Amino acid sequence: MSEILKETSLEDKFITHFNELESRINGESKSAFHDIRKEALESFKTLGLPDKRNEEYKYTPVQRVLKKNFDFGVVGEQATLSADEIRDNYIPGLKTNTLVFINGVFSEKHSEIISKDIIIKDFNLALKENKEDIETYLAKYADYKEDAFVALNTALAENGSFIKLENNKVIEEPIALYFINDAKSKEVHSQPRNLFIAGKSSQASFIEVFKTTGEQASFTNVVTEVVVNENAHIDYFKIQNNENTSYHVGTTHVWQDRSSYFAGYTFTLSGALVRNNLNIIIDGEGCESHMFGLYLLNGSTHVDNHTAVDHRKPNSFSNELYKGILEDQSHGVFNGKVYVRQIAQKTNAFQSNKNILLSNEAIINTKPQLEIWADDVKCSHGCTTGQLDEEALFYLQSRGVGKERARVLLLYAYAAEILENIKLDPLKDYLEGLVSERLHKNF
Amino acid sequence: MLKIKNLHASIEGKDILNGINLEIKPGEVHAIMGPNGSGKSTLASVLAGREEYEVTDGEIEYLGKDLLDLSPEDRAREGVFLAFQYPVEIPGVSTTNFLKTAINQIREYRGQEPLDAVSFLTTMKEKMKLVEIDQALLSRSLNEGFSGGEKKRNEIFQMAMLEPKLSILDETDSGLDIDALRIVANGVNKLKTSETSTIVVTHYQRLLDYIVPDFVHVLYKGKIVKSGDKNLALELEEKGYDWIKEEVDTATA
Ligand SMILES: Nc1ncnc2c1ncn2[C@@H]1O[C@H](COP(=O)(O)OP(=O)(O)O)[C@@H](O)[C@H]1O
Ligand SMILES: [Mg+2]
Repeated sequence: MSEILKETSLEDKFITHFNELESRINGESKSAFHDIRKEALESFKTLGLPDKRNEEYKYTPVQRVLKKNFDFGVVGEQATLSADEIRDNYIPGLKTNTLVFINGVFSEKHSEIISKDIIIKDFNLALKENKEDIETYLAKYADYKEDAFVALNTALAENGSFIKLENNKVIEEPIALYFINDAKSKEVHSQPRNLFIAGKSSQASFIEVFKTTGEQASFTNVVTEVVVNENAHIDYFKIQNNENTSYHVGTTHVWQDRSSYFAGYTFTLSGALVRNNLNIIIDGEGCESHMFGLYLLNGSTHVDNHTAVDHRKPNSFSNELYKGILEDQSHGVFNGKVYVRQIAQKTNAFQSNKNILLSNEAIINTKPQLEIWADDVKCSHGCTTGQLDEEALFYLQSRGVGKERARVLLLYAYAAEILENIKLDPLKDYLEGLVSERLHKNF
Repeated sequence: MLKIKNLHASIEGKDILNGINLEIKPGEVHAIMGPNGSGKSTLASVLAGREEYEVTDGEIEYLGKDLLDLSPEDRAREGVFLAFQYPVEIPGVSTTNFLKTAINQIREYRGQEPLDAVSFLTTMKEKMKLVEIDQALLSRSLNEGFSGGEKKRNEIFQMAMLEPKLSILDETDSGLDIDALRIVANGVNKLKTSETSTIVVTHYQRLLDYIVPDFVHVLYKGKIVKSGDKNLALELEEKGYDWIKEEVDTATA
């Protein structure tokens, strides 16, 4: 009986969060976006938090772990992080426009914008100042009617970032967003919301870094919408190297207009439970889209990458490569959807998911899902799951390389296939360092 | 250098080697010939320490040590080298890349200082000439997209870099055109000293015109059924293996 009471209360707690938000922003509650919030809340109530019965969350029952690990009371400011503690998370040697979010809230004090030609704002402020863009783009891609976490984020959206590149602007310095959770004393939950708008023929790189400090549980439910207008060129990185008390659900939704380029890179090195959704809509001809993923899992980390690319126009190209190394009792999930609409002739779409399992207890569930209605297309997909290549191992040993060293060499080479696509050298060095450290490649 | 006594080996419960006896002295070249499936590559793999093959009987003494006691990497560090019949492809690992690790681990095993980058490069340049191999090839993923000849030359290049005492060449000549064959054979000959020994596994007498063996052995059904000098290879070239098979099969029938 008490169990049932508790179960109903998790959704109710989020509804309480919404009511609290609504009373706090009363002046804004007449805005067009607030109507969307309300719609999203209704949708969240209808959908409910997904459990195993939901096909999309079959292997990743987020609801259960949230119930188990969180209280979800309304929390105020609690961060006690020093400037040094924050700076420790920065990617060394990389000159960036830096945005820091502590427990999901934009921290102006720790942020620094160095590029001219770019509009970077606290999401909250943009709601008031950039009404036209907000109305045109916000919540137009990430569908709050389909996914409960997107619905929840949309209902509670008030923190995050608004970033806009005007037409033809090329931003040399990447825009780095550091989402830092301070879980030293209490559990943290945050629902950051980002909107990136890239004008025609503009170019930039976005980096989202998620980091939790402290022993208490943290939950992030982030939604990022990326609008890639005609001929724009966007690189997008998501780096997750978190405490094993951190729970993360994230959706990145990309919309591409004609002749545009988008490359998404997702790196997951740790965390308790991570669910990443990366959805790309190719809505113009001559587009190029890349999805790269690398997950190195150990302990009992659970990582679920769901990607979807929707070819809605002819003559575009998409390529996906996700690779994983799983140790201990870790659990990986990959689901890759590729839709090629009937009109999208001459589409080239490639997908591959590869996994190495280093322990008998590690689990991978991988599922490619191709739905192709056009007939004149080139599409391929493949997934492999296996152990380390014994033949290769023996070959290296037979040259005098010790077994352990040979193992690391092979695993590193396997991961490097993803890393070598990164064009930003300091970022590449940083990630190579993280991967080396994880694989004990100390030579 | 090497003493193989009554060696029996099996894989997945299937007996492949059925009592091999072979002694090789420093400076000698031994050719091992025989029909397909007779166990030549198995013998080479057992010598290099491949774990899938189970040694069920017999012993192998190498430079006074029990070879079967050593891990594959320690065998390499003690000077055993196998040029693979089918060199594996390793995506993302280049020859240069792993050879540097290999050489320094070998040096460490032998109590030597690690080789610095400059000396490594100098040695590489010198050995590259020996097998007429391109630097670009050595920087590429190992064997990925290499032609047959490039793979085999790369094997001999590695042999040149590691300077083994006992080299086992498993069909290094198969599939090579005459120019590539000459280059490979020439490389092997230049690396030969009175201190080193070579086992040449081959199907064809042609290679033995270039690498002249002191002994030729015929392996059949996991046993050495005939030994002779280089003339045996000529005879096999001319008459094939059927007469030997018949001899053995009637004797055992
Ligand atoms: N990995 C293996 N698994 C099962 N059988 C094998 C394996 N390797 C070799 N064999 C068998 O052992 C026998 C000898 O093979 P091999 O040593 O490769 O012969 P050769 O090199 O003389 O052609 C063959 O019958 C072959 O099928
Ligand atoms: Mg063979």
